[in-house]
Amino acid sequence: MTKATAAIVGSGNIGTDLMYKLLRSDGIEPRWMIGIDPESPGLKRAAEEGLHAGAEGVDELLAQDERPDLVFEATSASVHKANAPKYAELGIQAVDLTPAALGPAVVPAVNLGEHLDAPNVSLITCGGQATIPVVHAVSRVTEVAYAEIVASVASPSAGPGTRANIDEFTITTSRGIETIGGAARGKAIIILNPAEPPMLMQDTVFCSIPADADREAIAASIHEVVGQVASYVPGYRLRAEPQFDDPSAVNGGLARVAVFLEVEGAGDFLPPYSGNLDIMTAAATKVGEGFAQRIASQRAAS
Amino acid sequence: MPYSTDLDIRVTDSSLRDGSHAKQHQFTVEHVRSIVGALDDAGVPVIEVTHGDGLGGSSFNYGFSHTPEQELIKAAVQTAQRAKIAFLMLPGLGVQDDIREAAGNGASVCRIATHCTEADIAVQHFGLARDLGLETVGFLMMAHSRPPEVLAKQARIMADAGCQCVYVVDSAGALVMEQTSDRIAALVAELGDDAQVGFHGHENLGLGVANSVLAVRAGAQQIDGSTRRFGAGAGNTPVEAFVAVAEKLGIRTGIDTLKIIEAAENVVRPVMDGECLLDQLSLTMGYAGVYSSFLKHAGRQAAKYGVSGAEILLEAGRRKLVGGQEDQLIEIAVALAAKK
Repeated sequence: MTKATAAIVGSGNIGTDLMYKLLRSDGIEPRWMIGIDPESPGLKRAAEEGLHAGAEGVDELLAQDERPDLVFEATSASVHKANAPKYAELGIQAVDLTPAALGPAVVPAVNLGEHLDAPNVSLITCGGQATIPVVHAVSRVTEVAYAEIVASVASPSAGPGTRANIDEFTITTSRGIETIGGAARGKAIIILNPAEPPMLMQDTVFCSIPADADREAIAASIHEVVGQVASYVPGYRLRAEPQFDDPSAVNGGLARVAVFLEVEGAGDFLPPYSGNLDIMTAAATKVGEGFAQRIASQRAAS
Repeated sequence: MPYSTDLDIRVTDSSLRDGSHAKQHQFTVEHVRSIVGALDDAGVPVIEVTHGDGLGGSSFNYGFSHTPEQELIKAAVQTAQRAKIAFLMLPGLGVQDDIREAAGNGASVCRIATHCTEADIAVQHFGLARDLGLETVGFLMMAHSRPPEVLAKQARIMADAGCQCVYVVDSAGALVMEQTSDRIAALVAELGDDAQVGFHGHENLGLGVANSVLAVRAGAQQIDGSTRRFGAGAGNTPVEAFVAVAEKLGIRTGIDTLKIIEAAENVVRPVMDGECLLDQLSLTMGYAGVYSSFLKHAGRQAAKYGVSGAEILLEAGRRKLVGGQEDQLIEIAVALAAKK
């Protein structure tokens, strides 16, 4: 099978970490790294790995005769909004790691198969990638009227974009909990913790469940989905068995299940504590491989 | 410098916000009407009303509100004759639309809290609050955990974003005497005329009033308390005791000492489920530097899993948890139970 070719747009920390993951991929050949600063360390690393490193932005990339099959956008929401129509016009599928949320939201363990033909897919947020699979695991077994997630991330792994617009995280993640997770209503909370040494990303998922729900079936479903996510995010794991509570006043009269997760990064480029960033680049790789397979099978058929 | 021509300092009562933790968020409109009526009559100039964890706090993680907080804010605004009604919000939990709704319901002071190293997540919220014409206050929470110069830099971020008064917030009740005044002095030196400085104390080491007096002497112009200590942990600086002490020291608060003492006993106390006590758990929080709002959560998880609440809190201190990480207390309790 010939590999699909890919360009990484954005030569910062995320783009660099993603490059190392794509270099290991069986389905994708990362051939271009596009930045705007010729001195950027990410572009230098890309050149060392044999990629074409371009410092003139996407227009230079798209003007070439040979264009990528896929683009991974690791810039910012506003830059992606400007670039997305250019990719679409040329038929280049885009995997969006920014919070722009232009295309359908994708969580590989839940709905990748539904969007393999989409011109543009959004990876929501790091908290969404970590928690929505668990909401889905519960909602496929029983009714989830309300789900709430708490994402705790190490301060140094929250960049200036996240900090300047933190409402974007809570609102985009809440929506994903509903549309992909399957909860009737979703809520997301993010906490930045400056502890030294930095803490691993930790996520807690609370789902309301009927008081008489089958708790063994819920726990089994959660374990299964956690295993699926771990297949593409190796550092993703449960910190404790799912915990169940009977209805109480302080819980709003709802029975619930609480799930405690932790994400240790693979350390490809970013430090292991920034599991929040690792899960984004790992999910992007998984989505890209889905796209690549589709492209390869279409080529074989034509 | 005095707060105004009439007041040396301005006091904000937080019993209807920080007290929400002690009440496990079960406030009703009637509770709000009775407490706001009595505090307003005693001359308390600002009364804060919100879920204990701020706007949007009603949740599994922090406890669901009995009555939606925006209904409580409306009731407070309707009841108060003179006092301004304030609300709290924490970026990452509440969102800008929550601020718009509270402003629409008549609240006039927007208090925005972040962990004391993360002020830059509040920039957009301060901007919005000022655009809406709200008075702004910033909270640097868990202020015991960082030295004065770090806090001063974070205070500068808030002031530049539009914050009019930055508070040193002793969320864990862990500051001891000069540790308070050194922090206040550092903020006063940094902010100058750009913003005021405030102090929010807790009683976990029994120092709420003493720390507040030292804060005033170091230049704080706003002081938080909760009448009858109605708040998280061992409770907040008791407003009635602080007002009595301030009067003896010639610090003008504008609050009638005998009326606030009376309100504490006959209006606030009957709303409380019990006194806020300096007991083993709350003293452990002050000693270990743990966020005061964890108290009731630790107690509940200790009961459910048959483990020691003090051990849960000590582990929370070891893990350096910050405000908002209540979910972690469950996982700590599960781990302690597994070890038994």
